[in-house]
Amino acid sequence: MNTLVFTVLTLSVLGVLLAVILYFVAQKFKVEEDPRIDEVEKMLPGANCGGCGFAGCRAMSEALVTRDNISSLFCPVAGGEVMKSIAGYLGKAAAEKSPMVATMRCGGTCEKRPKVNHYDGALSCAVVNTFYVGESACAFGCIGYGDCVHACKFGALHINEETGLVEVDPDKCTACGACVKACPKGLFELRKKWPKNRAIYVACRSKNRGSVVMKACKAGCIGCGKCAKVCPFGAITVDNYLAYIDPEKCKLCRKCVNECPTGAIHIVNMERLALEPKAAPAAPKTETVAEPKTAKTE
Amino acid sequence: MRTFPIGGIHPHDNKEWSKDKAIEVLELPDEAKIAMIQHIGAPSTPVVQKGDKVLTGQLIGQAVGFVSANIHSPISGTVTAVDAYPNGQGQRRMMVVIKREGDEWVDTIDRTPEHKRECTLTPQEIVAKIKDAGIVGLGGAQFPTHVKLSIPDGQKAEVVIINGVECEPYLTSDYRTMLERTEMMLTGVEIVMRAVGVKRAVIGVENNKPDAIAHIREVIKRDNYVGIEVMPLKMRYPQGGEKQLIAAVTGRQVAPPPALPISVGAVVCNVSTAVAIYEAVQKNKPLIERVVTVTGKHLKTTHNYLARFGTPVSRLFELAGIPEGDVKLLNGGPMMGRAVVDITAPLIKGCSGLTVLSGKEAARGKELQCIKCGKCVEACPMGLEPYILSKLAKLQKWDMAEEHNTVDCIECGCCSYTCPSYLPLLDYIRIGKQTVMTNIRARAAANNNKK
Repeated sequence: MNTLVFTVLTLSVLGVLLAVILYFVAQKFKVEEDPRIDEVEKMLPGANCGGCGFAGCRAMSEALVTRDNISSLFCPVAGGEVMKSIAGYLGKAAAEKSPMVATMRCGGTCEKRPKVNHYDGALSCAVVNTFYVGESACAFGCIGYGDCVHACKFGALHINEETGLVEVDPDKCTACGACVKACPKGLFELRKKWPKNRAIYVACRSKNRGSVVMKACKAGCIGCGKCAKVCPFGAITVDNYLAYIDPEKCKLCRKCVNECPTGAIHIVNMERLALEPKAAPAAPKTETVAEPKTAKTE
Repeated sequence: MRTFPIGGIHPHDNKEWSKDKAIEVLELPDEAKIAMIQHIGAPSTPVVQKGDKVLTGQLIGQAVGFVSANIHSPISGTVTAVDAYPNGQGQRRMMVVIKREGDEWVDTIDRTPEHKRECTLTPQEIVAKIKDAGIVGLGGAQFPTHVKLSIPDGQKAEVVIINGVECEPYLTSDYRTMLERTEMMLTGVEIVMRAVGVKRAVIGVENNKPDAIAHIREVIKRDNYVGIEVMPLKMRYPQGGEKQLIAAVTGRQVAPPPALPISVGAVVCNVSTAVAIYEAVQKNKPLIERVVTVTGKHLKTTHNYLARFGTPVSRLFELAGIPEGDVKLLNGGPMMGRAVVDITAPLIKGCSGLTVLSGKEAARGKELQCIKCGKCVEACPMGLEPYILSKLAKLQKWDMAEEHNTVDCIECGCCSYTCPSYLPLLDYIRIGKQTVMTNIRARAAANNNKK
């Protein structure tokens, strides 16, 4: 009995003593931290994707609280609304950015861009890229081993088995930019997100001359410049035999789509413009090319 | 018999297919595409334009900077284009296209067949001549030879090592060179010895080529080449790697990069390069042709061709008769060679052979899990741990890959060859190595900027 009492007493006294010491030590070495950091972190989505440029959401919230000017900080996952509420909570001016979405700019499906060799090595786009141009004859097109799919933390990307190309789910995409870094061919671009997930873009990155592109892929941009001529807003530029639609200038008028002889300009969730009757001689040609195109956008 | 101390594998050498085929002079191509990058370093600048007439041996690509090499026209004719064309890997590179008209040579080139052994030039003059001739390492690495022979201040060469190992399976171009162009090679070796100021040269030859060893020894004795000896080496891949060969011949180990072979007093040079050096210095002939093996079990005929650069590789394959069905065409041998996906690509300086494997031979096994058996570690001639390096590159842990010395990898492929789980170890290590090298260079550049 004595042993029991003695043990309990010693341990209790020891415990109390240590608690007192710890309390004073904790007071002495206390780290002052702004309680707002915790609050801001709660408001952020907690994806820790690094899309903002910081190591994670904690680092981002620290930056948001400590910096005076937060107009350069933006969480692409949370979006404008959340950023506004965070800025309101902190009493600072919020960054204003329209929502973005990742866009994969290659239209070379298995059918239009046939394979000319067989690859047998490690299944990674980066590895393929160290060896050679890829299984098709196009040096700029999608390799299709899904480095971007592995890089995406939100499950927004998948490979379409039929086309062999990567597709983006705009509802899941948060525009964190991981795919942009992962793609060795630089096919991804963060573009302005239109309402109803509409989109228009040149689905080609080939900087080769038209004749070279034609041999490798039937869906590539040949740099003919017809789209640039027809664009009423000056949104299209042709550089290095490659057209580019500036998402800031484009107004989704879709005039360029009908002009493109190879169907390299893709439209999503939109109908094509009806062909004008005066273009009768050119119409049959455009239409034959157009058929698979419309089937694809559906 | 000597060999390098650690690692290595013993693949079947498969040399029997082409080793008895004497060197044949290949007919000149009607059109030659000459790539402006056929060496390590800066791409050369084309100095001819469309419509220009060029002679065989005329300079068409000027070296840019010290680590770069001149490029000469392999045929005479008219330049029809200076444009980007696909190389063997399908990547578009700047090339000069020449349409052949006859075969007129630049008149300073000595085309007489007699052997010229006397060399009274100073080392500087020799190196300048080699530089002008655009000679690069013909073993495959394509490193500009004049850079190798320019000994940095404060360092001294003690021995010249001539690489006649040809450890790569299938290839026999160096073997045929050693047998048929022996005098040229030995005089080339003498010139290299003179250029770097040493009295001793060792020709390393693997013991699967006993007739080459005997023949070179006989010629050395007959023509009294002083200071040159032949050292038979125990057959083992990758003995032809520069560091492995130095270790095998001298027993010395070269420190990790940026240390060069000269830090242990060795200058290494391939046998074909020695022949090219002889031709450049004694005959004023720039590097415009080389011996190329075209080989494979399933080919109708195998050959050792003396071919001009710029010849389309499709021509070489045609002459050998590509078998029906799936084949893998390799620029080089099966261990280090690169698959050729575009056969319109031209022959380049570093191509010592074209190997054709059937689809079945080339197929890789199904990838399984790493069982940590350590075979790759045993096989690595650089003493690295390939399974870790490969994993780190796959996970993109570049810093850790750097700590594990991924940049020391010589990409010999022993790890992938030996892996019982058929893991593509080297595929990933190569990305790791490239990324780490880029990071190191970026860091060095940033440090320089700060200063």
